[in-house]
Amino acid sequence: MSKGDKMARKKKMMDSEEIRRALLRVAHEIVERNKGVKDLVLIGIRRGGEQIASRLSKIIQEIEGQMVPCGFMDVTMYRDDLYHMRHQPEVHQTQVNFAVEDKVVVLVDDVLFTGRTIRAAMDSVIDLGRPREIQLAVLVDRGHREFPIRADFVGRNFPTSRTDLVNVVLGGEAKKDKVELVESEK
Amino acid sequence: MKLSVNSLLGLGDLSRGEIEFILDQAASFKEINYRPVKKVPTLRGKTVINLFFEPSTRTKTSFEIAGKRLSADVVNFAASQSSLIKGETLSDTAKNLEAMKPDLLVVRAQASGVPEMLSRLVATPIINAGDGCHEHPTQGLLDLFTVREHKKQIDGLKIAIVGDIRHSRVARSNIYGFKKLGAEVTVVGPATMIPPGIEDLGCKVAYHLEPVIPEMDVIMMLRIQMERGSGKFFPSSREYSKFFGLSLKKLESAKREVLIMHPGPVNRGVELSPEVADGPFSVILDQVENGVAVRMALLYLFCGGTDAANS
Amino acid sequence: MRQILRGARLVDPVQGIDEHKDLLIEKGRVVDILKPGEKVSDAKLVELDGLVITPGLVDIHTHLREPGYEWKETVATGAEAAVFGGFTAIACMANTDPVNDNPAVTEYILERARLADLAQVYPIGAISKGLKGEELSEIASLCEHGCVGFSDDGRPVMDAGLMRRAMEYAGAFDRVLISHPEDENLSAGGVMNESAIATELGLPGAPSAAEEAMVARESILAGMTRAKVHLAHLSTRGSIKLVRQAKDRGINITCESCPHYFTLTELAVKQSGYNANTRVNPPLRGEDDRQAIIDALADGTIDCISSDHAPHNLAVKEVEFVAAASGISGIETSLALGLKLVREKKLKLARLIELMSSNPARIIGIEAGSLKPGMPADISVIDLDRKWTVASKNFKSLGKNTPFEGLELCGRAVRVFVKGKPIKLD
Repeated sequence: MSKGDKMARKKKMMDSEEIRRALLRVAHEIVERNKGVKDLVLIGIRRGGEQIASRLSKIIQEIEGQMVPCGFMDVTMYRDDLYHMRHQPEVHQTQVNFAVEDKVVVLVDDVLFTGRTIRAAMDSVIDLGRPREIQLAVLVDRGHREFPIRADFVGRNFPTSRTDLVNVVLGGEAKKDKVELVESEK
Repeated sequence: MKLSVNSLLGLGDLSRGEIEFILDQAASFKEINYRPVKKVPTLRGKTVINLFFEPSTRTKTSFEIAGKRLSADVVNFAASQSSLIKGETLSDTAKNLEAMKPDLLVVRAQASGVPEMLSRLVATPIINAGDGCHEHPTQGLLDLFTVREHKKQIDGLKIAIVGDIRHSRVARSNIYGFKKLGAEVTVVGPATMIPPGIEDLGCKVAYHLEPVIPEMDVIMMLRIQMERGSGKFFPSSREYSKFFGLSLKKLESAKREVLIMHPGPVNRGVELSPEVADGPFSVILDQVENGVAVRMALLYLFCGGTDAANS
Repeated sequence: MRQILRGARLVDPVQGIDEHKDLLIEKGRVVDILKPGEKVSDAKLVELDGLVITPGLVDIHTHLREPGYEWKETVATGAEAAVFGGFTAIACMANTDPVNDNPAVTEYILERARLADLAQVYPIGAISKGLKGEELSEIASLCEHGCVGFSDDGRPVMDAGLMRRAMEYAGAFDRVLISHPEDENLSAGGVMNESAIATELGLPGAPSAAEEAMVARESILAGMTRAKVHLAHLSTRGSIKLVRQAKDRGINITCESCPHYFTLTELAVKQSGYNANTRVNPPLRGEDDRQAIIDALADGTIDCISSDHAPHNLAVKEVEFVAAASGISGIETSLALGLKLVREKKLKLARLIELMSSNPARIIGIEAGSLKPGMPADISVIDLDRKWTVASKNFKSLGKNTPFEGLELCGRAVRVFVKGKPIKLD
C-alpha cells in the first residue's frame, strides 16, 4: 500500500442542487401516492431526518397549499443495540404534537442502511397510537439491509461497501448541502 | 457523554456539565409520561432492586414508576432499619443481593454513608435515594430541573433553603447542585439547626427568614420533624411556624415570580400555610412530576452498558 | 540461669543511658550493666547485634474484654497481642461483664493472665458499681486484690460529686484515678469530631468542648483532693492547654494520648468512605489537634502513650458508621507508630521510651520502666530497621479492627523478656 492510500477517500455523491431536486421529486411522489395530503403527517427521525422532514413539509405546503403536520422523533430508547455499547447514548426529545391515530405516517430519514433504526421508529410510532399506514421516505438508500425493510420514497440509490460511511450535511447555507461517501481503507 | 462515576452517590461528585447533561436527558424522558402508552422498551430485561433500609412511600413509588415505564423489572427489598438488628452485616446484605445479579441498586438508608459503603462492596451500580443526613441527589436533580423549567436558567438566581439544615440531606444536595449551576444559595434556620462549617459547602447563612425573602428567586422549605430529633433543637412547632414558616403575608415582600418549593410531605401550617402550599407560587406538584422524569433518566444512564461491551 | 544480652544499644531514660551496653540478668532480675564485650562467667549468650533494648514497654490503657466478651478478646489473646506489640506489662480496664467492681473479677483476670504466662496484666478496678456512675465500688478491697488504679473508662463519671469522693478515697490508697474525660451531654450522640467534615458527611459530631469541659473539671477536682489523677486518651489542643495550666499550678495530674490521635485526623473518616475502623471515642480530630499532641509529647505535657486497645468483632464494625462500635485494636501497631515520630525527628528515641515505659510504669506504680540493677528483667528488644506492613489478619489480637490496614511501617519488637523469660516474636 502506498502512502496516499492511508487517507480515507471522500467522494461527493450529491451536491446541493441534486439534493434540492431529489427532495422536490420525493415530495411530489408522496402527494401523488396518497392522493393529496388528507390525514397525512410527517415524522422526521432524529437526528438525520429532522431537516429533511421540515423541507418536505415546506415543499408539500407550496405544492398543495396546505400545511402537513410535522414532528420529530428520537428513537434511542427503542434501539436494539443499547446493551452492546460501553455507555448509554444520549437521548434527544421527541416532539410529536399531533395524534397519529388513524393517520398515514410518513417516516423521514436521511440514510437507509441496515433498517434497524426504522424498525425502532415503527415501534415508537405505534406506542404513540395506531396509525392507518406507515410509509418511509429517505434521501439516500445505501443498501446492506439486515431487516426486511424497504423505503417507499427514495431520493437516490447508490451502492456502498459495508464499512463505508455516508455523511449527509444539511442546513447552514443551502449551497453547502451535500451527501458524501467516505470510503474505508481497503 | 460518559459520566465520570458508575454510581450516583451524591451531587458533590458530579461536575456542572454532568448535571446539565442529566437534566437534558430528563427533559427527553418527561415526554413519555404524557403518552397514552407510558412505556418504552429501553430497560427491558434489566433488574432494578429498590433496597430501602429506611421506609419511604413517595421516593420508592417514584423510582418504581420510573423503572416500570422504561420496561425494567423493579423489585422492592425492604431491609430492616439497621443491619445490626437482624445480625446481618451490611457486607452480607450487599453480597446476597449481588448474587441475584441486579443491574442497579437504588439505596435509601437512615444512616449516612451506606450507599458509599455498599459501592465499595459490590460491583452493581448504585443510585443513592437518600442516606441519613448526607445526600439525596435525585431530589437535588429534580429540584434543579423544576427551577430550570420555570426560570430557563439557573445562573445568577438566588435560592433560599429554609429549615432544619443540620439534619437535611436535601439541603446538602441542593447546595452542591445549585452552586455548581451558578446560583447563590443561602441556608436559613434557627442557629441550632445550622450545622458547623456549612459555609464550606458553598452557601451563605441567615438566622432570620423575613429579611431575606425579598431577594430570593426560589424559596425551598424543608420539613420539620419535631418527633424525630428536630425537637431537641427547637422549642415548639408553633414558634417555628411563626418565625420560619411561610405565609401569604410574609410573601408580600417576595419577588412576583418567586418559586416556592418543598420536597414533601408538607407539614401544613408548620413550614407552609395551606394557602402558600396550594397557591400560585408553589411548584411542589411540578417537583413530584419531574421526579419521575429525572429518575427515568438516571435509571437509563446508570443501567448502562454490559460487561461484554466493556471488554 | 544467667543470661548475658550482648551487642545491643541500651536506651534507659531513667538511668540516662543511650549507648551500647551488655545486660546481665539472673533469676528474673537485672544483675548488672556491663561494657560491651565484657567477660562474664556461666551466662547464656543472647546475641542482639543491631538491635535496641529498652525497659519493657508498659501500656496502661487496654480493654481485654474478659470476662464477658470473649469473642472480641480474652486475657490470653490480649496478653499475646501485647508481647507481639513489644509490651511486657499492660493494665486492663474494668468495663467487662461482669464489671471489675469486685475482687472476684479481679482475681479471675489475674488468674487468666497467670495461665497465659505472657505479658503481665494489671487490672484497673471500676470507680463506680457496675460503671453506673452512682455509687463507689469497693475500692479498698479491690486495691487489696491487686488493682493498680481505678477508672470507669468506656464512660465518664458524670456526677462531679461522685468523682470527688472517688479521688479522695482512692487517693488515700495511693492509687491512680483514671478519668475518661467526656461530657456526655455535649458529645450527645456524636460519632466523629464536630466540624465541617462531619457536616459534609452528614454524621453527628462531638465537639472538642465535650472533652475539654471534663478535663477542666478533673483538673480542678484533682487540685482540691490532692489525688493522683490521670487523664485518658486526650485528643484536642484545648485539652493540652488545660493540662499545661494545671501542671503549672502544681496539680498532681498526668495524661496520655494514643497513636491514632498523633497519626490520623478526621479526614480519615471521609477518605476511607465511612469505614467504621475510623470510629473511635474520643473521635479523630483536626490537623491542629494532631500537631498539638505531637508537640505535647515532646515537651512533656503528655506523660505517656497508651494504645486504648479496643478489640471488636468485625460484625460490629462492618455496619453503618452510626451503628458501629467505637474503638481501634491498637496494641500491635502502637510502638511502630511511636517510632514513626522518632524517624520524623519529632521525638527522640529516649523520650519515646519514657512515654512508653518509665512514665506509664510510674503512673500505675509498678516495679518496671527501668533496667537499673535489681529491677525485674522486663525487657523489650526492638529492631528499628525492620520494615513491615500492617495486616490485621496477622494480628495476635482477636480484634482485627484497625484503620492502619496496609500501612507500611518501620520498626518493631522482635523479642521480649518477661521477668527474664525470653519470648521470641517472629
